[in-house]
Amino acid sequence: MAEMKTAAYICSGCGLGDKLDIAQLGKIAQKEGKMALVREHDFLCNTEGVQMIRDDIEKEGVTHICIAACSRRAKTEAFHFPAVAMTRANLREGVIWVVAEGSEHDEVRQEMADDYVRMGCAELKKVKLPEGNPNRTQLKSIMVVGGGMSGLTAAFEAAESGYQVILVEKQAQLGGWANKLWKRVPYKAPYAEPQDTGVAKLAAKVSSHPLIKVHLNSTIAETSGAPGRFAVKIAQESGAVTEAAVGAIVQATGFTNYDIAKLPELGGGQANVVDQAGLEALAQAANGGALKRADGKEIKSVVFLQCAGQRDDTAKHLPYCSGHCCATSIKQAMYFKDANPEVNAVVVYQDLRVPGMGEDFYRSAQHKGVIFAKGKASGVEPTGNGCKVNYRDMILDADATLEADLVVLATGQVPSAGVNLDIWDTVVREADGGSEAAKQQKSELQKISVLNLNYRQGPDMPQFKYGFADSHFICFPYETRRTGIYAAGPVRRPMDMLQATEDATGAALKAIQAVENASLGRAAHPRSGDLSYPIVRLEGCTQCKRCTVECPFGAIDEDERRFPVFNEQRCRRCGTCMGACPVRVISFENYSVDTVGNQIKAVEIPDEFSEKPRVLILACENDAYPALDMAGLSRIVYSAFVRIIPVRCLGSVNTIWITDALNSGYDGVMMMGCKKGDDYQCHFVKGSELANYRMSKIGDTLTQMGLEPERVSSFEVAITDNARVAGFINEFVAQLVKMGPSPMKGFG
Amino acid sequence: MTSSIATNQTILVVGGGISGITAALEAAECGKQVILVERDATLGGRTALLYRYFPKMCHPTCGLEINLRRLKGNRNVRVMTMAEVLGVSGQRGDYAVKLKISPRYVNAKCTACGDCAAAVEAQIDNPYEYGLAKTKAAYLPHAMAYPMQYVLDPSIIGTADADKARAACKYDAIDLDMRDETVEIKAGAIVWATGWKPYDAAKIQPYGYDRFANVITSVEFERLANPHGPTGGKLLRPSDGKEARNIAFIQCAGSRDENHLRHCSRICCMASLKQTHYVREAYGEAAKSTIYYIDIRVIDRLEDFYLKVQQDPTVSFVKSKVAKIAEDKDGNPVLHGVDTEGYHRYATAHDLVVLAVGMEPETNGIKLPDDILLDSSGFIEGSQDDGMCGAGSATSPLDVNRSVQSATAAALRAIQVVHKTSTVEGAR
Repeated sequence: MAEMKTAAYICSGCGLGDKLDIAQLGKIAQKEGKMALVREHDFLCNTEGVQMIRDDIEKEGVTHICIAACSRRAKTEAFHFPAVAMTRANLREGVIWVVAEGSEHDEVRQEMADDYVRMGCAELKKVKLPEGNPNRTQLKSIMVVGGGMSGLTAAFEAAESGYQVILVEKQAQLGGWANKLWKRVPYKAPYAEPQDTGVAKLAAKVSSHPLIKVHLNSTIAETSGAPGRFAVKIAQESGAVTEAAVGAIVQATGFTNYDIAKLPELGGGQANVVDQAGLEALAQAANGGALKRADGKEIKSVVFLQCAGQRDDTAKHLPYCSGHCCATSIKQAMYFKDANPEVNAVVVYQDLRVPGMGEDFYRSAQHKGVIFAKGKASGVEPTGNGCKVNYRDMILDADATLEADLVVLATGQVPSAGVNLDIWDTVVREADGGSEAAKQQKSELQKISVLNLNYRQGPDMPQFKYGFADSHFICFPYETRRTGIYAAGPVRRPMDMLQATEDATGAALKAIQAVENASLGRAAHPRSGDLSYPIVRLEGCTQCKRCTVECPFGAIDEDERRFPVFNEQRCRRCGTCMGACPVRVISFENYSVDTVGNQIKAVEIPDEFSEKPRVLILACENDAYPALDMAGLSRIVYSAFVRIIPVRCLGSVNTIWITDALNSGYDGVMMMGCKKGDDYQCHFVKGSELANYRMSKIGDTLTQMGLEPERVSSFEVAITDNARVAGFINEFVAQLVKMGPSPMKGFG
Repeated sequence: MTSSIATNQTILVVGGGISGITAALEAAECGKQVILVERDATLGGRTALLYRYFPKMCHPTCGLEINLRRLKGNRNVRVMTMAEVLGVSGQRGDYAVKLKISPRYVNAKCTACGDCAAAVEAQIDNPYEYGLAKTKAAYLPHAMAYPMQYVLDPSIIGTADADKARAACKYDAIDLDMRDETVEIKAGAIVWATGWKPYDAAKIQPYGYDRFANVITSVEFERLANPHGPTGGKLLRPSDGKEARNIAFIQCAGSRDENHLRHCSRICCMASLKQTHYVREAYGEAAKSTIYYIDIRVIDRLEDFYLKVQQDPTVSFVKSKVAKIAEDKDGNPVLHGVDTEGYHRYATAHDLVVLAVGMEPETNGIKLPDDILLDSSGFIEGSQDDGMCGAGSATSPLDVNRSVQSATAAALRAIQVVHKTSTVEGAR
């Protein structure tokens, strides 16, 4: 690699030249920043300014550039120099737009800018241009687990895009739940009649597709590896094991119906009470003719009870709504009406939930004479020849009854997501402690596991609410916590068939993306395209396991000697491991303990008599840093005593940064991250939580240093908090002023 | 003129809201070349104007930030704003698309310094505030705008204001000679992520949206709650600027109604439940929200959100399709109707009424290519030869989560088209 040659470019546009002494900034870059080349420009982001930088790169051999101008979030198209390492000193959004107007503030404004230039230069010296994970793989096949409608769709769509697919199905034939349906809810205009499921046709296309290999009667005995190099053991019912290598995985393991036997109060267990699956079986048997009960009697009256064992607030049954059941009951009521319009079909519902074009399907049922009654069932009794339904009519606000030959309970979907990792953790801990019962339980859990991942974080995907393997994010439904493994269909969220096929198509795309990323050595979402990757200096490692335990993505294994083994393809580049490491042996080429530490040390700390406190802000680059930028954009003023460093995630904050800062005389440290708790906002799962936890441990250190623990504080900052964040800063600085200067000043 | 920026391996995504951005990025991150065209001056679409998402109550701009970062780092996507599709010819694998590019009057030299806005005097209705606020006629769409460039409103072109803006710009970024341009590009596949628009509430005559200042729509209410919005996040009603503490939410405003939109718009129940949180956030126990509904359609896991709102003593529910709204002497809207649970008549005054307006395809009223298949409400089902597909709320009234799933699926459908085109060509 060419020798490092540094250059700093200082812009005087956008009012920077009016508010700041640009020549002084240049001098600082040269003398203190030790930049080999320093240039000023009055409009750095225009063609001429950019050309000047390009020329330096090409003709002067510049390899490292510091751009002292606007925020790193601005002018990214102009300042795009992929061949060199770059840092940005934020003089516009971070200084002149947020420091109060007026000449009385000239001094502190200039000091702030001076420091940002020092920091940009200091960081630059520790930054390398990321080269991408050297462990690249060209394995691009995709494994789909589950051969129902979702799995078939994912497999077919991936194969149609040119990728090899391995489809693993537990049962002897493809089709899953869809095989058991007589018809499906319509998914195309005019949304009036039940339609063929199309599952047989799709299964045939999958079975004969040249790029798809189907394994029936098979489950996954073990999954190891990482995106681009998963090694899978596929176990057949016969006991034979096939080994396969795949690049990414789609988990489409579907659902089971909530057990009707758990609903005796609604007649579960009675002869003339069935669930929706039971009704489909009767419809398949009738084959378009009149539907008959198990005892052979033709059904002349039927009552559908919606939300059976669902939307339950007593904690006895499912608390959620399964979304599809209203439309499914409408469809099933039509089976009766279409075969014989004289059949009395009543749907008892609380809220009829048929969103979108489902409304047309609902109308169609009304035209066919299906009766809809708003009410809540309290009991179903056998009458000898049928059932009596007791319910509360919510329109008349009165108790009412209905007699019917058959009652159908619309029960919900229970996801087949494998092992709940919270339970797994407990069981493993107890088993490791020697409990025989726990060892037994562990092997039981392994049997129900879908993927049998050999990750230290457990054998399956983490579950979100109610056991569904969903993403935690609204904007990013495919943001998985197991890189390269994507859930699709009702295993991720209760859903109907239309949504499931849509979801499966999306999941197939994400799997394709995962193998493409792995082949280029770059990160997956949300730092997609990031070529940096964690580098560990094993000779310094003390085998403390913090990195392996805290990695939110299960990217780090342990070898026999308990050293960490990084699976870079699983890594999402958040830096949580770097924050966790007590001996600081983990780094990224362009983000490390040194790149941040050097910035912290570069700030000039005024002495204790100057009445100029210095506050370090470590701000999450996703929410807090943009909020601070937008404070600038709205010209919201905050204290000029703060020095802000963006971090990838608060989870990447190593406590050495805090102690170094305090040792060198900073008066306080603010950490700004995302919301914690159940509705956490951190895209690296628990960054703010970890930071909070680690900081709770730092209190003792502070006390030993003779410092008040209040000097270090963390804040939850949302991206909309531009005004609020300025308030936080000003209050914190005021509090520090009251507290007086740090006693560490002058010792650093 | 056929530009050379695209080939039949290029995927064209029409619409730069969350679905279009997603479709473009997902395809681009698989290595495909994408052109993303947006009619407005900025990407972000309608979600960028929402205050919070249900059920997490997190901010849409957080996801937008991540998506914009993905976009800034990905050279496979070319973004064209102020660009509208005029026509599409050709077929699957080989389209020629005619685009009209409207003048922004500001070029890429713009640094977003704001000097032009300071110089200009004329004000216009802020298009990103649903008309609830004014903005200078030289403006940045919003704080998360991409590209981060100002726009001059066409109304000041030819006036002294335009000259002032140009004179104020130190960077030669204002170009008053810009004109409408027409360009033609090639594409192998087209994703229509054209989104939705709020149903015109004035058409629901009995609710008096066009007559009563204090009857507003749910999208407008989002702006009132937003700290970046016209009231700085305070829930002030339009007629007199008084704090609106007692707020009625009317569900199915235009939806589930064959005189208006025949479909259910899916999101409005959750949106109103979410908005009761805004009222509570503002006034605590002194808040009062009333939801007038037919069915509360909170699908799947969102049930617990509904349960939480039901337990909130400041929120009540009335099962009723409101018959009409009148206004009392103090400017309070008075709701008339029958509560169908027990059949009571009511006439209830509120400080403010929020109409949970339905979602209509943005493309209603716009001529789409003949190949496109639409359902009875105008949502896109696909195309004759599958060379074009819809994404997000252009295909169905969807929430953000489902829109993104849909857009991700659409990206794969588009990839299949260009993949097959290249395989066939490779074989030739």
